Amino acid sequence: MKSNMKLNAKLVVPALGLAALFAAQAHADYSVAIAGPMTGEYASAGEQIRKGAEMAVADINAKGGVLGQKLKLEIGDDACDPKQAVSVANAMVNKKIVFMHGHWCSSSTIPASEIYNEAQIPMATVSTNPKVTERGLKNIFRILGRDDQQGGIAGTFLAQRFGTKKIAVVDDKSAYGKGLADEMDKGLQSKGVKAVLRESVTAGQKDYSGIVSKLKAAGVEVLAYGGYHTEVALILRQAQQVGLKLTVMGGDTMSNNELVTAAGGNADSVMFTFAPDARVNPEAADVVKRFREAKVEPDGYVLYAYGAMQLFAQAATQAKSVKYADLQKALANGTFNTVAGKWSFDAKGDLKAPGFVVYQWKGNKYEMVK
Amino acid sequence: MGQLIQQLINGLTLGAVYGLIALGYTMVYGIIGMINFAHGDIYMVSAIIAVTVLTLLGSLGIAAIPLSLLITLAVAIFFTAVYGWAVERVAYRPLRGSTRLAPLISAIGMSIFLQNMVQLTQGARVKPIAALLPGGFELFTQNGFTVHLAYTQILIVITTVLLLCVFSYLITRTSFGRQQRACEQDRTMTSLLGINVDRTISLTFVLGAALAAVAGVMVTVYYGVVDFSIGFVAGIKAFTAAVLGGVGSLPGAVLGGLIIGLIESFWGAYLSPAYSDLGTFGILILVLMFRPSGLLGRPEVEKV
Repeated sequence: MKSNMKLNAKLVVPALGLAALFAAQAHADYSVAIAGPMTGEYASAGEQIRKGAEMAVADINAKGGVLGQKLKLEIGDDACDPKQAVSVANAMVNKKIVFMHGHWCSSSTIPASEIYNEAQIPMATVSTNPKVTERGLKNIFRILGRDDQQGGIAGTFLAQRFGTKKIAVVDDKSAYGKGLADEMDKGLQSKGVKAVLRESVTAGQKDYSGIVSKLKAAGVEVLAYGGYHTEVALILRQAQQVGLKLTVMGGDTMSNNELVTAAGGNADSVMFTFAPDARVNPEAADVVKRFREAKVEPDGYVLYAYGAMQLFAQAATQAKSVKYADLQKALANGTFNTVAGKWSFDAKGDLKAPGFVVYQWKGNKYEMVK
Repeated sequence: MGQLIQQLINGLTLGAVYGLIALGYTMVYGIIGMINFAHGDIYMVSAIIAVTVLTLLGSLGIAAIPLSLLITLAVAIFFTAVYGWAVERVAYRPLRGSTRLAPLISAIGMSIFLQNMVQLTQGARVKPIAALLPGGFELFTQNGFTVHLAYTQILIVITTVLLLCVFSYLITRTSFGRQQRACEQDRTMTSLLGINVDRTISLTFVLGAALAAVAGVMVTVYYGVVDFSIGFVAGIKAFTAAVLGGVGSLPGAVLGGLIIGLIESFWGAYLSPAYSDLGTFGILILVLMFRPSGLLGRPEVEKV
């Protein structure tokens, strides 16, 4: 009897495997992917992307999937490290994904996109460095504006409002931060305002007393910062400690509400440029409500990740295929209604109407500055 | 002048924190000759515990600063010490007697494990607390530049000096210190003399972790923002401090920490904040070229 059972087990296991194989063939799910900093210093942005994409995929599958197939979400973690981004990209190509939403850091998106381009995988990214779409890659679509747009808007805004004050331009040496700071500097100069300081800091540290005391010694009142919110929070805290009042102007990354908690009550002086708030879109109302019920505040990149998945679903439906040539054509020519706005793309793959707006933090909400 | 004094104060504070962490590196290196790369992450664990306890105390309505600080210190030291003990037990003790590289790699693995564990269990977002000890003295104003000395800065420097004294006494004057130094010189002989080597090493790890715990609490109170990734940079800097001061020497670790803190803050304020690490590691290379065993380290004598 005992040996019999063993025999059975031996037979059953391969049979199960076979069954699984058939099942997999019957459901040739489409793999779609997100990639970004799931770990590392900017992991909170990765979390936003993951939360947004997960709900979008679940919603699309609940409505029957795309072209009758379910979507399967692959998650890649590049930790904002360009080298890791390349290996994530290769792994994703091996997983035969049909669409990529990512990466997040411009310095990761740029090298990774070469690999997706070679493998003919269309991608939608929120990276804002101009170079992302300036290399003639046909597979890349940017669902947020560009740094030369947002930096220019931020720079001219600063020049108009604070032109008579002492302004410092500081970046964190990253592709995103330096690009943005350079554009803000250009925007200031175009209005005839010259920054009193042009500095860089090293991201990822805790002590910024060096730059703070330099700003203080130069009598700086307004800081135009190209970089991520974690450093701004620390600079603001440490500035307050030495009695330095700073008004800060930053880019889209300042929309992360982590800034408010981390800056310890000093964030009200932070302004930033970001795409018009998607949470107020009427199309987003239902999704926003469900995110809040799931205890996820759909700020920052959450709705963009949701929108990116909708973008894929709509493009595939329009193209009636997930083949690269069809999908790429649909993405390049179509108009898409997503929770993050109405999207269509120009020849480079940039969003046609990015429309950056200046926001300012008030308590734990940001409001448009008129 | 005002900026000079301000950066001196900032640099000393930063250096004191590096020194505190470096003490743990140096003690562990002293006894088993291994760089405990997970030490920076032990410090991070302590900082996360500190935030948790402080938030908890805040919600319980305990507002007295000395009381909440003491409770936080006690809880953080206890749990962090348990971590220190567990890391040694799990990752290093099984490898004792194997090649020198094995525990080193295991330490790096432990560091990655701790970081990811905290990220998964606590989330990736930065954890802020309200300023626990706000305010300070305004020392003087010159040309519109007011020099500030925060209470937390005084607290950090005093704590470091105090702990350095306590641990120097512990190592040089007590029987535990003698046992520890004996293990350092010859583990086999020490065990033949009836000293429990494993226990001594464990205790060293526990003490090192306790020092990291104090540093973690201090940093939480000073900067008010911590996250799971703070261990790496702090660990590298503290390791550099330990090497600069002479690995194995307690006053050397604090001295190294202070030097690095000062270089960083002056380089940042007067040269370029972007490349303050260049200064730190440049000085390290120079010192090691002329004093390979560090500023206060004793050169190793090869016995024939």
